[in-house]
Amino acid sequence: MITRSLSSLAQALAAKEISSVELTQLYLDRIARLNPSVNAYITVDAEKSLAQAQAADALRAAGQAGPLTGIPLAQKDIFCAKGWLTTCGSKMLGNFVSPYDATVIERFNAAGSVILGKTNMDEFAMGSSNETSYFGSVKNPWDNARVPGGSSGGSAAAVAALLAPAATGTDTGGSIRQPAALCNLTGLKPTYGVVSRYGMIAFASSLDQGGPMARSAEDCALLLNTMAGFDERDSTSLDRPAEDYGRDLEKPLAGLKIGLPKEFFGEGCTPEVMALVEAAIAEYRKLGAETVEVSLPNMKLSVPAYYVIAPAEASSNLSRFDGVRYGYRAPEYADLSDMYSKSRAQGFGAEVKRRILIGTYVLSHGYYDAYYLQAQRIRRLIANDFVEAFKQCDVIMGPTSPSTAFKLGERAADPVQMYLSDIYTIAVNLAGLPGMSVPCGFAGGLPAGLQLIGDYFSEAKLLNVAHRYQQVTDWHLQHPAGLV
Amino acid sequence: MKQWEVVIGIETHVQLSTQSKIFSGSSTAFGAEPNVQANAVDIALPGVLPVLNKGAVDCAIRFGLAVEAEVAPKSVFARKNYFYPDLPKGYQISQYELPVVVGGKVNITLGQGDTATEKTINLTRAHLEEDAGKSLHEDFHGKTGIDLNRAGTPLLEIVTEPDMRSSAEAVAYAKALHALVRWIGICDGNMQEGSFRCDANVSVRPLGQKEFGTRREIKNLNSFRFMQQAIDYEVQWQIATIEDGGRIEQATVLFDPDTGETRAMRSKEDAHDYRYFPDPDLLPLIIDRDWVERTRSAMPELPAAKKQRFMADYNLSAYDATTLTSSLEIADYYEAAVAVAGNAAAKPCANWVMVDLAARLNKDGKELADSPVSAAQLGGLVARIADNTISNNIAKKVFEALWNGEGRSADEIIEKQGLKQITDTGAIEALIDGVLAANEAMVAEFRAGKEKAFNALVGQAMKATKGKANPQQVNELLRKKLG
Amino acid sequence: MSLTLEQVRRVAHLARIEISDAEAQSTLGHLNGIFTLIEEMQAVDTQGIEPMAHAQDLAQRLRADAVTEQNRRDAFQAVAPETEAGLYLVPKVIE
Repeated sequence: MITRSLSSLAQALAAKEISSVELTQLYLDRIARLNPSVNAYITVDAEKSLAQAQAADALRAAGQAGPLTGIPLAQKDIFCAKGWLTTCGSKMLGNFVSPYDATVIERFNAAGSVILGKTNMDEFAMGSSNETSYFGSVKNPWDNARVPGGSSGGSAAAVAALLAPAATGTDTGGSIRQPAALCNLTGLKPTYGVVSRYGMIAFASSLDQGGPMARSAEDCALLLNTMAGFDERDSTSLDRPAEDYGRDLEKPLAGLKIGLPKEFFGEGCTPEVMALVEAAIAEYRKLGAETVEVSLPNMKLSVPAYYVIAPAEASSNLSRFDGVRYGYRAPEYADLSDMYSKSRAQGFGAEVKRRILIGTYVLSHGYYDAYYLQAQRIRRLIANDFVEAFKQCDVIMGPTSPSTAFKLGERAADPVQMYLSDIYTIAVNLAGLPGMSVPCGFAGGLPAGLQLIGDYFSEAKLLNVAHRYQQVTDWHLQHPAGLV
Repeated sequence: MKQWEVVIGIETHVQLSTQSKIFSGSSTAFGAEPNVQANAVDIALPGVLPVLNKGAVDCAIRFGLAVEAEVAPKSVFARKNYFYPDLPKGYQISQYELPVVVGGKVNITLGQGDTATEKTINLTRAHLEEDAGKSLHEDFHGKTGIDLNRAGTPLLEIVTEPDMRSSAEAVAYAKALHALVRWIGICDGNMQEGSFRCDANVSVRPLGQKEFGTRREIKNLNSFRFMQQAIDYEVQWQIATIEDGGRIEQATVLFDPDTGETRAMRSKEDAHDYRYFPDPDLLPLIIDRDWVERTRSAMPELPAAKKQRFMADYNLSAYDATTLTSSLEIADYYEAAVAVAGNAAAKPCANWVMVDLAARLNKDGKELADSPVSAAQLGGLVARIADNTISNNIAKKVFEALWNGEGRSADEIIEKQGLKQITDTGAIEALIDGVLAANEAMVAEFRAGKEKAFNALVGQAMKATKGKANPQQVNELLRKKLG
Repeated sequence: MSLTLEQVRRVAHLARIEISDAEAQSTLGHLNGIFTLIEEMQAVDTQGIEPMAHAQDLAQRLRADAVTEQNRRDAFQAVAPETEAGLYLVPKVIE
């Protein structure tokens, strides 16, 4: 049961093979047993989960079940869920029980799915290894001396360790795709504006986007059908007709034009990962796709531009954490200013503070034009590069991450090294495009991911391209030893 | 003695009369219990997002049209970053580089009557932003209480060029702006509740010097009187400081109405580095021509145009026309009264509105909106004066009766109380005969040359008619009889 | 370019983050490393390029002016550090 796909779980529930309460309990038991070593979840609340499961079973009995009714899912702790501790991986929100639901949570609740727990993450989603969490680092289920990636590391580890059938993540610079790659999952970052950001605690508002993390493209499609949709509470939410993201899953790939940006295939990527990516592309050729070389000449600037724009927005987004209305307040302080400074110094971890300081600096008087505006202009150049590239191809492919999972602690001391982990994923966020990571094999027992990048609103096509590959490969069906 | 020139620019925060806040669906009603009108967005819970209120944009467009400014086809919301406990997000959403209204002008009138002069105050811009909450400094065990009901209330910040040269000009501008924003229905103008707050940037320079002096900003002036006092104090303080060999430092100051003095504030953000940048949660505000034109066609006639029309159509003096266009309520009232009384009675209507009605309202401490005498009733009354049905004196009686609700119209009261003027010569002659017979002594005095006695006889005759006779007619007939 | 310790302190103050001398020193090292990375942008000629603030070139959507919210003060203040009489309490603010 625990290795089944979402649609197969839905069938089992429909066939009364298992109830939602039983399925939820099954996962809760595994979490109780295995989470202490994986640390994928920050909060588990069996009572709440089982109440939801019970309600889902009732809904089914009343003949009102949908495709996700009764299915337990892990929610990244960045999504506010009413009555649930919602920490965003930070001491700052260590006591924050959300009084409201994020739109994504609301949509899952309306679909009758069950919140299995809130997953661990890099603090305020700032990190690529899940080591910045106040609640401890997460172990990669494929090798518990290694990181699961980040920032959605808890979600990735939960699904990889079979502690949830699927999970949600958010992706600001690769935070869905990179942990998906490092944990052998299929993850999708949708076009900016497809999934509502309301109730998703902001890191960098113009880049953040929620999306599914699951075992297959098919499961991702199912989740995205529920997650996506116009939300009037989010000004950047796109008012588009609803679509079935799984509608094209089975479409043959004959004639598909795959763009291979030369900047993805130069130096920077480990040879083992590159070999796996190239093998995957060869597999696509077998499926009838053609490849064409394209260029994203400004891609190398995506990391510097990102490390101006994201911290700038974050520095402002995180100003609300001041110890006045909710969250951490320092126990002792001399006056108001001291209360702010101490609460924020004690409530935020080192990486978050670092990024707030960078962001504050690049926005400050005299530096705005040189840093912030320049970064925004480069952002435009990068977006334009993609527009040009998509004139020549239907989908772009390359590695998701330059390496497989690295060791815990290996890069923690060197922020620049850590930032370069996102070299292949960041440009997609700057442009606002959809991107996926799909398992494409193992190097030294560690999974690697193939990244697919599509034009705006091409989620259905990306899922189709990923799904056809998963029909002829079984990388995505591999599980870490000893967990099944 | 050196001659000094005063230079004043004004920034006004106008609270827009919307039902809901600028970025959330909370109510903007004044006076609620603390924090009950502060929703998730207003208190800046993690994850919440702003969505712009169309009503606030409508107000900005109306204002732009009213001051003949450019309504920007594209404007941008930016974040102004600073920490303050009544600013829940740690930033205020405002407009910085691209405001919604660019330029514009407000005309002011200085002095009255023949010596009145006009001056144009140019506007730099007007932009939309959100208000902050309130810090309550009453004693909560030595702490400050924060009420966020006001947080997120839509404001239009209107900024002038440094065009004013005296406190009188500054006050005239503030009054004209105050009347205008109420006129076009974008602000209730309630200064006690903080709906209309002015900051005055004041500097002085030797007369003839080109460069501006260093300015100090007087914050939160919420009455015209305080504005006058504060600027006057500030100006003499600055001049005295410079003449004593001191220098003016740029500062933000507060006016203390109790002492009549201004004092420098403890700075909100010591370094004032607000780190403005475009708000990534809000997209550019696009206002197309069509929206502007639709708004224009729904605009009320503006005070300047209405004043000109009153002078042309109703033959009013500039002074009368200015008074009658000092607010939309009074202008509407006046026109409604004239519509009933007839254009020929436009001038008496003006007098009744400006003098009698104004005095009566003042006596009861009432606003025009609460006047017990409607415009139609007043117009009906003036019509009866104009057609000689009643005299001016009787009219005052009828007005009082209308005020007290003794009848639905002047006609009804005149009829019911038998106040119709007596114009039948025979009837008046009969009355006069009676008066002459009863006052022989006075008649004798008159014949002896005492003109005063004549007036006394007129008084007696009027009394006999209960004031209903036409005084002029009584006069003529009496003279004929005595002559 | 590289930052100075003084700049780090000033930025930390603007961001209201208390920072010790030792922290300022190590932060300075990290920030200089990051700014070396960021400096790569400076060489690029971006004249005439419109800055891109959003991932989409769209116009702000507008909400109808209507009150849609109810009083939820108790729920919101349940997670507040200190409240009294419906107010959030903070150390005394001096104007």
